[in-house]
Amino acid sequence: MITLSDKQAEILHIIKDTTLTHEQTMMALAKAAENTLDYPDVPADFYDLQEKGVICDMGEGHAPYAPRYILPDYEKFFAQGSKFLRLDPPKDLYEAVSDLLILYHHVPSVTHFPVYIGRIDKLLDPFITDEAAAKPIIKNFLRQIDRTVTDSFCHGNIGPEDTRAGRIILECERELQDSTPNLTLLYNPEKTSDEFAVLCTETALDCAKPSFAYDPQFASEFPTPYGIASCYNGLPIGGGAYTLTRLMLNKLVETAASKQDFFERALPHAVETMCRFMDQKIRFLVEETPFFSCNFLVKEGLLQRDRFNGLFGMVGMNECVNALMKLEGREDRFGYSAQADDLGLAILQAIDEQVKAHKNPYCEYWNGSFILHAQVGLADDQNVTPGTRIPIGEELPLYEHMRQAGKFHKFFPSGTGDIFPFDMTSAGNPEAVLDVIKGGFKVGMRYISTYSSDSDVIRITGYLVKRSDIEALEQGRQVVNDTVVLGMGAKKNCHVYERKVRSL
Amino acid sequence: MIGYVNRVIDHSLVDGPGNRTAIFFQGCQFNCRYCHNPETLHRCVGCGRCEAVCPVGALHLENGKMHWNAALCCGCDACIKACPNTSSPKITEYTPEALAEKVQANMPFIRGITCSGGECTLQAEFMAALFALTKPMGLSNLIDSNGTMDFAQNQWLLENADGVMLDIKCFDEEQHKMLTGQSNRMVLQNAVWLAERGLLPEVRTVIVPGLLPNEDTVNRVSRLLAPYQEAAPIRYKIIAYRPMGVRSEYSHYPTPTKAELAALKAAAEQNGMKTVVTV
Repeated sequence: MITLSDKQAEILHIIKDTTLTHEQTMMALAKAAENTLDYPDVPADFYDLQEKGVICDMGEGHAPYAPRYILPDYEKFFAQGSKFLRLDPPKDLYEAVSDLLILYHHVPSVTHFPVYIGRIDKLLDPFITDEAAAKPIIKNFLRQIDRTVTDSFCHGNIGPEDTRAGRIILECERELQDSTPNLTLLYNPEKTSDEFAVLCTETALDCAKPSFAYDPQFASEFPTPYGIASCYNGLPIGGGAYTLTRLMLNKLVETAASKQDFFERALPHAVETMCRFMDQKIRFLVEETPFFSCNFLVKEGLLQRDRFNGLFGMVGMNECVNALMKLEGREDRFGYSAQADDLGLAILQAIDEQVKAHKNPYCEYWNGSFILHAQVGLADDQNVTPGTRIPIGEELPLYEHMRQAGKFHKFFPSGTGDIFPFDMTSAGNPEAVLDVIKGGFKVGMRYISTYSSDSDVIRITGYLVKRSDIEALEQGRQVVNDTVVLGMGAKKNCHVYERKVRSL
Repeated sequence: MIGYVNRVIDHSLVDGPGNRTAIFFQGCQFNCRYCHNPETLHRCVGCGRCEAVCPVGALHLENGKMHWNAALCCGCDACIKACPNTSSPKITEYTPEALAEKVQANMPFIRGITCSGGECTLQAEFMAALFALTKPMGLSNLIDSNGTMDFAQNQWLLENADGVMLDIKCFDEEQHKMLTGQSNRMVLQNAVWLAERGLLPEVRTVIVPGLLPNEDTVNRVSRLLAPYQEAAPIRYKIIAYRPMGVRSEYSHYPTPTKAELAALKAAAEQNGMKTVVTV
């Protein structure tokens, strides 16, 4: 039982924390306040599984008052302006960037910052009349996002087509070397020229962005236009995700006595409990909070309630498979044996079927079901590998690694991805790195990130952080971006600096 | 038909455009002082001297032929150091089909293959047979050559090839003989013949201060080839000499400075070469 004086101590601790900026202090206080409430009417078994570490609520808080991920329809915003914000449709590039920055300020999410800032090349390109004049405006736009959206789970999209705005954005990112916004190229071999794709690869090897999403795959799955938000999450534009909860497969396997027990009892029970937990969070958000009835984003049609969904996340496939193999008396490891990989696929198949069979009245968009999400990990995760990845330190040779990952990516329309840093020689031949990325898509991967071994901006798990910021924070100095704390944790716990650097 | 292969690099980005599988054939008729892979110069003669120095027993001589057990090999290269014949016992014999199959395993991550060496045209028939198999797979086939084979007289080799990358080590014939032991007349003749036909995607010159007339070579190569860039782009790659892998008696030459390389690049550009890179 938590007492009032416990709570007061927690609040005082937040207030006295020297590493938090003012904004970060406020957010921590808000979370502490929210969590004085109990969870909405969650299933009794949830607490048991939470205690065992099997289900993790991703720090969303006990009483969600806004959806976790929001992808406003920025095209619509440009077409109609906003009554609430007293904005007319923009007439030139100045107004376009200014209007976007105004709107971003009002887009909530689990981080309280916009996790999706739109297809920024497509949004800005029509307003470009003179490229030389446009560049400083776009550069300031991106800089302002980095310094005011002080959280790296903020994602812009470019492509698939080559645009002047797209090229200017890439050029600015190389000059800025900032961690925010995260950027993804929606790559489509039918629509993206090799020249533009090479430019994107070159930029990624310089400043760790953009990542590459395989547009034909995403477009075939989403019935309406999608965007890539937060880390690498595919979600419908004009909607998003109510919630993301994750199943810790590494912990779940510890509760199983045998492989049979895992498949027949432990797994179905955990999936069922997690689905019911998510049901309750969504019900609370939709029925008890005013978000979907009062927020101007909904009222002005930039969001539609029926384009939101629940994300069923998971981590620790690697640990789970290895432990199950051990229960069977075998030493085969995930990624290194066909049987181990097949077992992983069988686990995923079982989860997929059960999650699809569970219906939630507010998830009309995805046929009434939650969407699977390969969660990328949290900073204090220890001994657990993100999603279905092979752990850092056990990487396979490049092609083999991509083939293995390709078998798992198809299950995760709402997000999964693998990261392949390259050495400096490779960075000198972006065409070759692009060949590898294209190969990855051909073997079933949907999302690929890269950076080069000596970039300052690097990808931690899904988000970007500046190494120099981590160093500053390690020395006890404040940094403007709150994600640096996570990067510092991941450096310590998840060994991200030791990720295998590929050379071609 | 058997090909003698020193090494296959599944992904290489320094052997032509994009990501390619590079095949290093064994044997070369040049004997460049700065050769970075002198163990590729000659075929193994089965003298057996390396067997004695192998610390893990990965080599054994049988009927005058050296056998190498790749699974046991620790990669220490003691065998190569002990070889009196600038060769290697770690040579794999392939049929064209077996090598094509090895290449195919790297798809769809590569856009093509590059045959290098050693000097790959010494095994031209094997190479042509390999190209005939890899071309239908949708791969591009590049030849990386020292330019001693007369391509004009051997066009059958180019039937399934997408181009030849040529080393022009030195423009002055006497200096070329000093460096390689061979004349460069055929090299220069090939350069023009290939360039005229748009079959010369790249030429390279290694810059060795104190050994070679580097400026003269870069100037004359760029003047020679600049007129042919309309047929297809020709990349001129100016490579800094580095002592890694070079035989000890020849490894004392200095590496060119950044300023020297930049000056050579500028000269080549001045002479009309549109794409000049230094590495």
